[in-house]
Amino acid sequence: MTALRTYPEASRPDRSWRVDAPGVDLAAYAWGEPTDPVLLLAHGGMDFAGTMDVFAPKLAAGGWQVVSWDQRGHGDSAHPMLYSWEADLRDAVTVLDSVGGGPVPVVGHSKGGGLMMALADSRPDLVTALVNLDGLPSKRNRPDVSDRERRRMLASDLGAWLDFRRRAHDAQRKPGTLEDLARRRQRLNGRLPIEWLEYLVTIGAREDADGWRWKLDPSLRFGGFGPIRPEWSLQRLPGIRVPLLGVLGLEMEEMGWGTAPADVEPWLPPGARFEVLDGVGHFVHIEQPDRMAALVLEFLS
Amino acid sequence: MTGPVMLRHNRIDLALHELRAGDGPTLLCLHGLGENSALPASDVVAAWPGRIVGLDFTGHGASTVPIGGGYSCEVLMGDADVALAHTGPATVLGRGLGAYVALMIAGARPDLVRGAVLADGPGLAGGAIGIAGTPWLEPPSEATAPDRMALAELAIDRRPPDYAMGFARLSLASSELDQPLIVSAVAEPPWLEAVRAEPGVAAMSTVEAVRVLAAG
Repeated sequence: MTALRTYPEASRPDRSWRVDAPGVDLAAYAWGEPTDPVLLLAHGGMDFAGTMDVFAPKLAAGGWQVVSWDQRGHGDSAHPMLYSWEADLRDAVTVLDSVGGGPVPVVGHSKGGGLMMALADSRPDLVTALVNLDGLPSKRNRPDVSDRERRRMLASDLGAWLDFRRRAHDAQRKPGTLEDLARRRQRLNGRLPIEWLEYLVTIGAREDADGWRWKLDPSLRFGGFGPIRPEWSLQRLPGIRVPLLGVLGLEMEEMGWGTAPADVEPWLPPGARFEVLDGVGHFVHIEQPDRMAALVLEFLS
Repeated sequence: MTGPVMLRHNRIDLALHELRAGDGPTLLCLHGLGENSALPASDVVAAWPGRIVGLDFTGHGASTVPIGGGYSCEVLMGDADVALAHTGPATVLGRGLGAYVALMIAGARPDLVRGAVLADGPGLAGGAIGIAGTPWLEPPSEATAPDRMALAELAIDRRPPDYAMGFARLSLASSELDQPLIVSAVAEPPWLEAVRAEPGVAAMSTVEAVRVLAAG
């Protein structure tokens, strides 16, 4: 077996445990002293808690017990029968309950930021402060696309998704060398160093007889359709009562949400802090971990 | 009636019941929320000339009941598609929740769905059509059909009319039939009102709709 790679300033969690959420066995982690107050940290879609290995220890050094988990189907958590936004939210609360429950400050990146925003809206009793790292939605209509073209795109998305679902039961992630997997991920994480991505492979992938495979559930797939509109979560933003820090990285990239500051500003609740970072991509906490950790720690202090 | 055929949809085993054997075109019945399909074919479909099958959706009847919820009509559309992969082209008759899923699969697989009938039944309405609150549900720890989480989540899933219309227009634009969508439901939830108002969508009783689609 290949040895775990190291990466400057990255450290694995100080503790890990399993959480029995209904229908799925989750992997939970903590950095920092168990006597320190809990801060809940949620990773983004297709990521896993190990992507916080540089950022989380910096928050822990500021006096927090940083608790995170691999979301269902991600990392070392089990692959469930069903997925939904609400199921992810229930999982987050089950993880929080495993360390004594809320209310606590919550921090999330990308999908994790959206989840934590939804948690603050649906379970305000559990949240004392909210940090959203490049997971702020925008109203994404495509006025330049004709109805006919929109219909063609929907037909193509639906057909591809159903074709995929028909064979999902024996889908497997493509094997490769550790370096192959890192290079593949770099197509989605183009601004991150290859050494970091290789480090992530040794955590988020497993080494089988025929090569390395990401542990991510092979039945998970980006879908281009669904009834939920991003602007609905935007409309929940003004009603959030706890202190809110929103961060946007302005460099557009594959995994980013393409949100512009003007999309968010009208919806910010009174007193919210909004940081827009020029020259930083979607993975704000990985590109600039010191700056992000300092910002979050100062905000929470 | 023999036992159901079990079909695999990702980690779920789906039960497909043969409600009436026969040659000729297939009628696929999709049940309402909380129902199942392990019933003999009803008089409503007596005029159907071919084989009649009924699918148990995820969490219903003899299909797998997952723990912890996470239901969506999109996944149930996948259930219906797995049934179609087994039966080949079929006419789809959906009750309630099954009517909404019938609309979706008719739009997504216009080459496989030889007309869809949207009938009244449990779970026809769905939930909000725009921004809505998130009800906090506590999943049961035991798997029993119908799954309580299916009953809770699929009673309130969002069905914006313009989203439903996307499926309706795909069906109307791509089906070989003159009347690929027939609304027999009397109830008027917003998504169904929008579909009903679309030129090309027919309205008649379920019995009549079955006759029309049987005649091709």
